[in-house]
Amino acid sequence: MSQAARRIEETVPVPKGQTVLAARAASRSFGPVQVLFDVDFELKAGEVHALIGENGAGKSTLMKILSGYLAPTGGHIELDGRRVDFASSDEAEDAGVILIHQEFNLAEQLSVEQNVFLGREIRKGFFLDHKTMRAETQRLLGELETKVSPTAKISEISVSDKQMVEIAKALSRNTRVLIMDEPTAVLTNREAEILFRQIERLKANGTAILYTSHKLDEIARLADHITVLRDGHRVANVDAGTMSEDQMAQAMVGRELSNIFPVKHEVGSAETVLSVRNLTVGSIVRDASFELKRGEVLGFAGLVGSGRTELMEGLIGVRDAEGTVEVGGKPFRLGSVKDARRAGIVYLTEDRKGRGLILTQGMRPNLTLLALDRFGKTMIDGKAEEAALDKAIKDFDVRAPTRSVLVGNLSGGNQQKLLLAKTMLAEPDIVIIDEPTRGIDIGTKQQIYQFIHALAGQGKSVIVISSEMAEIIGLANRVYVMRSGRITGEVQGADVNEDVIVRYAMGLEGRKFDSHE
Amino acid sequence: MSDHAATPAKTTSSSGFKIDFHIWGPVIALVVLVIAGAMMNPNFLSYGNVTNVLARSAFIGIIAVGMTFVITSGGLDLSVGSMAAFIAGVMILIMNALVPSMGVGIGIVLVGMASALVVGLAAGLVNGLLITQARIEAFIVTLGTMGIFRSLITWLADGGTLSLDYTVRELYRPVYYSGLFGVAWPIIVFAVIAIIGEIVMRHTAFGRHCAAIGSNEQVARYSAVHVDRVRLMTYVLLGILVGIATIMYVPRLGSASSSTGVLWELEAIAAVIIGGTMLKGGFGRVWGTVVGVLILSLIDNLLNLTDLVSPYLNGAIQGVIIILAVVLQRQKKAQR
Repeated sequence: MSQAARRIEETVPVPKGQTVLAARAASRSFGPVQVLFDVDFELKAGEVHALIGENGAGKSTLMKILSGYLAPTGGHIELDGRRVDFASSDEAEDAGVILIHQEFNLAEQLSVEQNVFLGREIRKGFFLDHKTMRAETQRLLGELETKVSPTAKISEISVSDKQMVEIAKALSRNTRVLIMDEPTAVLTNREAEILFRQIERLKANGTAILYTSHKLDEIARLADHITVLRDGHRVANVDAGTMSEDQMAQAMVGRELSNIFPVKHEVGSAETVLSVRNLTVGSIVRDASFELKRGEVLGFAGLVGSGRTELMEGLIGVRDAEGTVEVGGKPFRLGSVKDARRAGIVYLTEDRKGRGLILTQGMRPNLTLLALDRFGKTMIDGKAEEAALDKAIKDFDVRAPTRSVLVGNLSGGNQQKLLLAKTMLAEPDIVIIDEPTRGIDIGTKQQIYQFIHALAGQGKSVIVISSEMAEIIGLANRVYVMRSGRITGEVQGADVNEDVIVRYAMGLEGRKFDSHE
Repeated sequence: MSDHAATPAKTTSSSGFKIDFHIWGPVIALVVLVIAGAMMNPNFLSYGNVTNVLARSAFIGIIAVGMTFVITSGGLDLSVGSMAAFIAGVMILIMNALVPSMGVGIGIVLVGMASALVVGLAAGLVNGLLITQARIEAFIVTLGTMGIFRSLITWLADGGTLSLDYTVRELYRPVYYSGLFGVAWPIIVFAVIAIIGEIVMRHTAFGRHCAAIGSNEQVARYSAVHVDRVRLMTYVLLGILVGIATIMYVPRLGSASSSTGVLWELEAIAAVIIGGTMLKGGFGRVWGTVVGVLILSLIDNLLNLTDLVSPYLNGAIQGVIIILAVVLQRQKKAQR
């Protein structure tokens, strides 16, 4: 039984700074397409080695090679200076090399505890030793300062808790190398802080950590060493102190990034196109009131879970909502996505893989799904669809390997561009974009910012929900801040800055609501 | 990025020479079956035999076309066999009851046909509403209604057989036994429904929406698709098609009993799956379903015509083919 249990207790002492896992001239091709070219990469005990690059630069491939999910087609992997060929991720995990996926590997219907010990259950004779496993899970979650119960079902806990469970799962093993694929993408700032403390702790214990993130300030803060990949080549390999965030971004993109946000348009006293009064969405959003003007970029700031997404989903009819809404001065009936579309309102979900695009279908049916009625009354006009796809690929710079590629095989950035194209095909006047650049590389981000800017310039109105403060500040003419399901403040002009917004979001300033606090 | 974009295009063109079993598998199987049949028994391709096989497969075929839409949108209907028996029973009772007042004439047959369509539509509506409004899983709902319809026909027939009035049956017979230009009516109706079905699936918003819902219901909802309405429509459509199949079936025997339509639901589902539609939804093709129906009934026919394998093993052979069809689909996926 307790091979697993024993493993939890012991910590293998590894001298600091010694190379644990390394890729030597690793290459990888998929069919005729080479995505990784002779990359050297070393992970040392007690160090955080950050791996950065744009989407499609080869980060995932390198991580998968290191953790046994993929075999290199050239070069090899060394563990403790000896060549190893991991036949599978299981073999790598047995050797203490663990990858935490960006999309979690958790069984949704099982409990937290069952997931932590999945495949390595502790047994007492023939039966499971629930007590030990529960206590151990409790201890690990306690260390991670997570309040989630070991008996909670995965499907019922939040995304950030799932991340913590994944980390607890990794901690429960004798982890020598921990590979983290954008762990903070789904975490709030507070949760990220806890994660950073855990990373420090793991470092102190001699764990080698590979860390990826699109948030360069995190890299600057955490990393001891930085490797930059671009188009499958290693373009930089330096000590963290020697590279500024600007230099990182430049190395990733390969060109100078001047100001990545365009200069904002003046809105002035344009007419109000959308007016929302006392909108309540289920038990999540209460009495939200706001207005949107023509040609305006309106930001919605707040912490993850403050009700921004739910507010917009209530507005466009995928959630039950009550309240008074006027579009262009005319009353608008809530409750149907189709009605919202007819009134010129469209919503781009933050969950492009789960709610935005059908990953198992090609680009064409995805592109035209929302605005299918524009392609013929009874019969769909296939030629017109093809033409629309041509235009979308051109206008939105969608880079697909082939025209018939399944959308699930596109990179995150290209999926987002396709989702934008799909939404714009509905010819909206009001575009609501939820987390426009989540998990997207910096080059594509800039394209999306330019696009939002251009929309406002054409007299359309845009609502941007974002958890990235820089995005809100860089794009929005005016900002509403939400906290615990309420709009707590409105900020415009020179007040659109991080300090003011954070104070509203944290509840230090703004309207107070007794019932919630 | 740019070199990624250029190279894969070549791979697809070179792999185009390989036979894609996912697309052509069912067709190849059908062709092999026809050739094998013709070699084993010269009677196999005779006009009489072909007409017989096609006409008998028409009932399952018409139902399977509707089933393709249900399965493509991520649903399932286990009740169609019992539903057909129930509709047949109701049809016969109504026509028999009207003989004294209406007399025997075309009118009574038309009323019978209309009642079949109405009952089919209502039965589909019940299934669909329970699934979309009461939010009960399709498997459970239709398992329930399967038992209900089966029990109702047994009760209506009082455990025996309901027989159509003899004179009405004489009038109604040609609907199954006669035809146009030598092609039997059931075959014509099946062909027309299959062609319309294929067009609806491939070239209308309804078909596109079915595939979208079957792939990812959330995406469909966020893309302004009325998910519940489309789902409901698939069950209603299937109910109506079961009604049409029953209209073609009743004149064949002129009776209905508790053993009418037994296992039709499984044959219809099997045909859909063999044809390449995904059981979990998201992709469906009506022409594939037609090929699936033909494969199943040709195997049956071939075993009866030749003494190579006992006809009692028909079910076993069909079972192997269903499993093979799914294995071939799976392989295709793994290659990606």
